[in-house]
Amino acid sequence: MQRPVAMLVAAALACTVPVAARADTRDEIAQIRQQIEQMKQDYEARIDALEKRLAAAEAEGDKAQQEASQAQSAANSAAQQQRANAFNPAVSLVLQGHYANLSQDPNTYRIGGFIPSGQDVGPDKRGLSLAESELFFKANADPYFSGTLIASLAPDGGVDVENGYLETLALSHGWTLKAGRFFSKIGYLNEQHQHAWDFIDAPLPYRAFLGGQLGDDGVQAKWIAPTDLLVELGGEAGRGRNFPASDRNKNGASLGTLFGHVGGDFGVENSWRAGISYLETSPDDRTYEDGVTNAFTGHSRLWIADAVWKWAPNGDPTRRNFKLQGEYFHRRESGTLTYDTTGIALPGDYGSNQSGWYAQAVYQFMPRWRVGARYDRLSPGSVTIGQVDSGALTAADFPILQSYAPTLQTAMIDYSPSEFSLLRLQFARDKSRPDAPDDQIFLQYILSLGAHPAHTW
Amino acid sequence: MKLRILFFVLSLAVAAPAGAALNVLACEPEWGALTRELAGDRAKVYEASTALQDVHHIQARPSLIAAARRADLVVCTGAELEIGWLPLLTSESGNARIQPNAPGYFEAARYVNLIEIPKRLDRREGDVHPMGNPHIQTDPRNVAKVAKALAERLQKIDPANAAWYQQRYQAFDQRWQQAIARWQSEGAPLKGLKIVVHHEAFDYLFRWLGVDQVGTLEPLPGVEPTISHMSQLLEAQKTNPAKLVVRASFNDPRASQWFAARAGIPAVMLPFSVGGDKVSTDLFSWYDDMLSILLKAAGK
Repeated sequence: MQRPVAMLVAAALACTVPVAARADTRDEIAQIRQQIEQMKQDYEARIDALEKRLAAAEAEGDKAQQEASQAQSAANSAAQQQRANAFNPAVSLVLQGHYANLSQDPNTYRIGGFIPSGQDVGPDKRGLSLAESELFFKANADPYFSGTLIASLAPDGGVDVENGYLETLALSHGWTLKAGRFFSKIGYLNEQHQHAWDFIDAPLPYRAFLGGQLGDDGVQAKWIAPTDLLVELGGEAGRGRNFPASDRNKNGASLGTLFGHVGGDFGVENSWRAGISYLETSPDDRTYEDGVTNAFTGHSRLWIADAVWKWAPNGDPTRRNFKLQGEYFHRRESGTLTYDTTGIALPGDYGSNQSGWYAQAVYQFMPRWRVGARYDRLSPGSVTIGQVDSGALTAADFPILQSYAPTLQTAMIDYSPSEFSLLRLQFARDKSRPDAPDDQIFLQYILSLGAHPAHTW
Repeated sequence: MKLRILFFVLSLAVAAPAGAALNVLACEPEWGALTRELAGDRAKVYEASTALQDVHHIQARPSLIAAARRADLVVCTGAELEIGWLPLLTSESGNARIQPNAPGYFEAARYVNLIEIPKRLDRREGDVHPMGNPHIQTDPRNVAKVAKALAERLQKIDPANAAWYQQRYQAFDQRWQQAIARWQSEGAPLKGLKIVVHHEAFDYLFRWLGVDQVGTLEPLPGVEPTISHMSQLLEAQKTNPAKLVVRASFNDPRASQWFAARAGIPAVMLPFSVGGDKVSTDLFSWYDDMLSILLKAAGK
């Protein structure tokens, strides 16, 4: 715009100067006026032309800019796509904490009638506490393997490798192999991480039969059939580092599982999955505390049947959805139970035939809000203790094993402001102990940060 | 020993006969419809989602894992739209053909220019898509680009039928280009129309038609509309009034109805993809339908 302005000034000067200098005759004046008029018109035309050119140039510039931004966005998206393949593992972090109000002392927690699983299966501390934080790393190592590490940071210090495994990427025909430390694919809930559960704690049968959750060091092979229905079959072999196995100093595997799942849809709105799993292990000197230290050596065989059904209007779970799930556990153990290993060390035959189940329903009644209820029950079945049968000891010497049917009733309501955060309020009446029902209130938060989580169904 | 027997039995079952038609798993119905246009009866297409479902939140349900297991090709939007479920399908499937580095893994968003690439990545901004707005199917020119790339991909993974795919692509492209020209002239009266949308689902469509999107009911992408945010939008109606409030077929109708009643403007539902309403049975009828809904509601 500056050039046209300068020309206007020049034109104005051109008007005034000649008039002042020569004003001799009228003819001359008229002539000059004419010339000036001409000049004015000339300049106006030029200015007009210049303005038009300027407008055109501006439009051109706009267009160029648009094209540039398009090119930029294409370049950006190319760069982004490359970044998705960057070599750093995807990192995500799960933060959790809760408030617990328990009518019984959590230190006295035990499941009556069942050999304790030797792990922390009861409620955590009372009051406000930080729960385990989980750090996830995942990336493809090469075209053949992906690797995952899940480190669990304990609130009072210490890091535990919860999962660390490789998984094959390049096998075909439905095969996938896994090796390392991972959650077993038996049952339904076992493979899911605790932060993805619908309640703050594991159901009773998981606590009594699997010590909360089965995560072992081993290998897994899994095959999916080429059918419309999902048919998934597989098995695992592991070292048996935890209950119901016991960590043994031997070359072979001491824990094996087999599992089969089938699943599909009923129309658009319903999906289901059902399965059968088997776990066999041979614990050696699996100890537990019951006044004295006892140890079990023998065979443990566990069957699990699981079923899940999910419903959502139009198959879109974002507004409303319903989920019903249940699992049934049956375990037989046989072998030798040694009483008071550090004292009289009295061995005797031991056999148990026990079962348990839970069923739960969770309903999302509006976006963000869900309510749920769960009922857990264990059946003590039959337990034979050689030392008691022979009269060497009495049933009172095995207080935990006295026949009892524990139950747990739970209700919860949770609120997820987004898929990355959740607040949950849970009430429970926990009759794990034979004589002292525990009324529990939990208030929990779960945050997930970083790479987008992908949860199994 | 038990394991060995099991694996022996399983390996017998591995030698499954290969079907004649190509098995295609389409993440979204628009790509399912496009695959049908290009492959005809040479492909068996399984669609993972419908236009009535929020494709951001599909679950990796058992039937999808089974479909991924059988698939020769997965056709998805990409741009991290399916990030919550597609990676699970590929990793659980035990199917090397559809791994992200394989020819059987097709991401449509790679073949178009994405818009609205966020300058800042922070989940405080809502459910932002780091690679840009992934709802690319709502611009027919994008569909044309994807069709070209998909036709090439089909020829690559099924060379025996290459001529078939090429021929069908050319026929489709010709019809599609004619349709684009028609839609462009039919949609001309929509230029400059001011609207409010529920979710940024049709940004490509409105950009193409020159429709002026003056607000979204969602306060942030992927965050459910709130009364306070919608009240602000109502306030803005006084100075810059929208003529229409638009939701996608997977959005809850209540927010747009609430807004429409108070703003005194019509609320319309646009099918988000093929199958979003009864009329949208293929790509052509879906676009016809979107345009006629908009033209009717705008009184043009």
